[in-house]
Amino acid sequence: MANKSVWTDNRFWRRTATWVTGFAALLLIWLTFDTSTQIAMGNDSDLQNRITKRVPSPTVINYKIAYDMNVKRGHEVPVIGGDDGHGNSLFKEKEKFFGRDDWSQKEAKALLHLGKLAQQAKNCMDCHTILGNGAYYAPDLTKAWLDPAWGPNGSMQAMTNKNTKEEAMAEFLQHPDMFPSHIRMMPNLGITAKEAKGLVAFLKHMSSIDTNGFPRNFGKMQGAVHGK
Amino acid sequence: MENNHLIGIGRESKQLATWYFTFAAIIFGAQLLFGLIAAIQFVEPGFLYGVLDFSIARIIHINALIVWMVSAMFGSVYWLLPDETGIDTIGIKLGKLLFWIFAAAITVVVLVFLFVQVGPANDTTIWFITEGREYIEAPRWADWGIVVVVLGFVSNLFLTGMKGRQTGVITVLMSDMIAFAGIYLAGMFFTDNISVDQYWWWWVIHLWVEATWEVFVGAIAAYGLIKMLGAHRQVVEMWLWIEVTMLFGSGILGLGHHYFWIGTPEYWWEIGALFSALEPLPLVAMFVHVLYDWGKTQGAHDAKGESKAVITNKPAFTWFVLNAFGNFLGAGVWGFFHTLPQVNLYTHGTQFTAAHGHLAFFGAYATILIGMFYLAVQGTNGIKVLKSTKLSIWSTSMITGGMMGMTVALTIAGYVQVLVSRAQMGATWAAYFDGENGVWFAQAMDWRLIMGVVIFIGFILLMIDLLTTGKKSVHER
Repeated sequence: MANKSVWTDNRFWRRTATWVTGFAALLLIWLTFDTSTQIAMGNDSDLQNRITKRVPSPTVINYKIAYDMNVKRGHEVPVIGGDDGHGNSLFKEKEKFFGRDDWSQKEAKALLHLGKLAQQAKNCMDCHTILGNGAYYAPDLTKAWLDPAWGPNGSMQAMTNKNTKEEAMAEFLQHPDMFPSHIRMMPNLGITAKEAKGLVAFLKHMSSIDTNGFPRNFGKMQGAVHGK
Repeated sequence: MENNHLIGIGRESKQLATWYFTFAAIIFGAQLLFGLIAAIQFVEPGFLYGVLDFSIARIIHINALIVWMVSAMFGSVYWLLPDETGIDTIGIKLGKLLFWIFAAAITVVVLVFLFVQVGPANDTTIWFITEGREYIEAPRWADWGIVVVVLGFVSNLFLTGMKGRQTGVITVLMSDMIAFAGIYLAGMFFTDNISVDQYWWWWVIHLWVEATWEVFVGAIAAYGLIKMLGAHRQVVEMWLWIEVTMLFGSGILGLGHHYFWIGTPEYWWEIGALFSALEPLPLVAMFVHVLYDWGKTQGAHDAKGESKAVITNKPAFTWFVLNAFGNFLGAGVWGFFHTLPQVNLYTHGTQFTAAHGHLAFFGAYATILIGMFYLAVQGTNGIKVLKSTKLSIWSTSMITGGMMGMTVALTIAGYVQVLVSRAQMGATWAAYFDGENGVWFAQAMDWRLIMGVVIFIGFILLMIDLLTTGKKSVHER
């Protein structure tokens, strides 16, 4: 036993396992602190002071949101309130959300809270993906707010007979079974008018989250197939 | 099980194990049944529309998956605990009581999922109907119930492990199960911030299935090799520690591959890519280890001039070998396919993930837990050498073949989505359905359903075999 190699020693491997696991866990915890700071939700003063947050304030619903190529980062990022030409947010251009562009921090927060609750209470994630996670039975909702289908020339405003994106979305969410969007139709989940408003706020807010360029080329491709 | 051969030390612990195994098998059946419903809906969207929509079928499909596996894992621990420690499980009466609480709570949760389905957007829904977070939809009250049951289970394990013989297998299980239980707490809160929500949600999902569960499998495989082959404990446990090193060394920070696109900082690209790319390595090691030990033990046996097979439980060992290979293929290869951010940008949220998920859960966990069912059948019937029967061979082949076929079908569906919906069309609503409407996607969904039926028939054969093989005369008693 005196000449036994350390490589065949169980005690050596047990200690290695403990050290490696401990080190990996500590590194994860340290990174979690850093990430938690970076993904904490911003507040309205960030938007006023033109500070870009990875997860902006709920009052981002007062602004126009786009998804443009950022020159420095080399991929698309959410652009809030206008683009400076390099894919950075200007935080200037407002956009009415259900007729208003002056939602206070408190009001917007309450709306987002309701929307997030509804998103869970209706099991959205068990058909759709949210930030790419969930089920694959229905489209991804990460940037649904920016989908051209809901825009002024999209099919959904005409189908729901509404004049704005948010009203069209809210109408659809309340009566999805009345709008034959596809053979795979969304069922009626008993979503109320209030909940629908919250859900649309949730979707608009989510489209402003910096997802490192996922999904790529969202809403930019036209004319590739079916002669669109 | 009238012919109960469970006697002596660990009788009650093993009895409780069979309860957990039985419950697991029933929930396993439910998982497959609701999976079939969801698969039919992909082919025929009108099926049960408005009655039992896809979301509900899928919730039950994936939650039943988690529940049956956790039950079978509990059962496995209660089964091996007396063998390893050499003493009766301490606090087994409490363990038995907790089983009934567990089973009752799960039944209520499933019935509520089935018949209430959704609720209004308020806290009551989160507490009593659904939390709506994939895999851990169980409402908050059930979360606490699960915590209580798991604490009871962990204390059974710890009290017994500390008093009895503390083998390497037991030491690994003790440290692994406490982490397994603790991580669940990370999924028990509500936040308006979807990025924070998913950050912690992945702590539960990833650190379960790509870290603590994998280590659990390593420990069970080690137990199985000693039990079924008579493999040398020192060798087996050395490998186990090496596996723990590699699994936790890669798996814990491999968590980063879920943090590419959920709002989290860019440095997760590098961390996630590096560590998750290493994740297949321990799975290769586990596969090599199982085959190596098998060959070595058989070889030593042959050298003595004995021509008999060393395996004392043929069907269980078959499933353990399938585990070693399936874990490597499903979790390792299929996981590696899409783990680099450059690829994942396009594959994230497509059927590609479903292909990987199906083969990985099956290969890494279903296989070895079915193997444990067979070990329990052998033990409860007092069989010295359990042989394969026609039924066990057919069921193994159908389940495994069906699973491979389904994985290939889903992989093709994933390719269509990646190429058409993502790369070509840019991921919008219209792009999504352009991919789904394609004939390649539709065919893949047809094949997935067919393979699902094959698996389900295989499952029925498996259940018949598990219930009847113990009484057959082919085995050595």
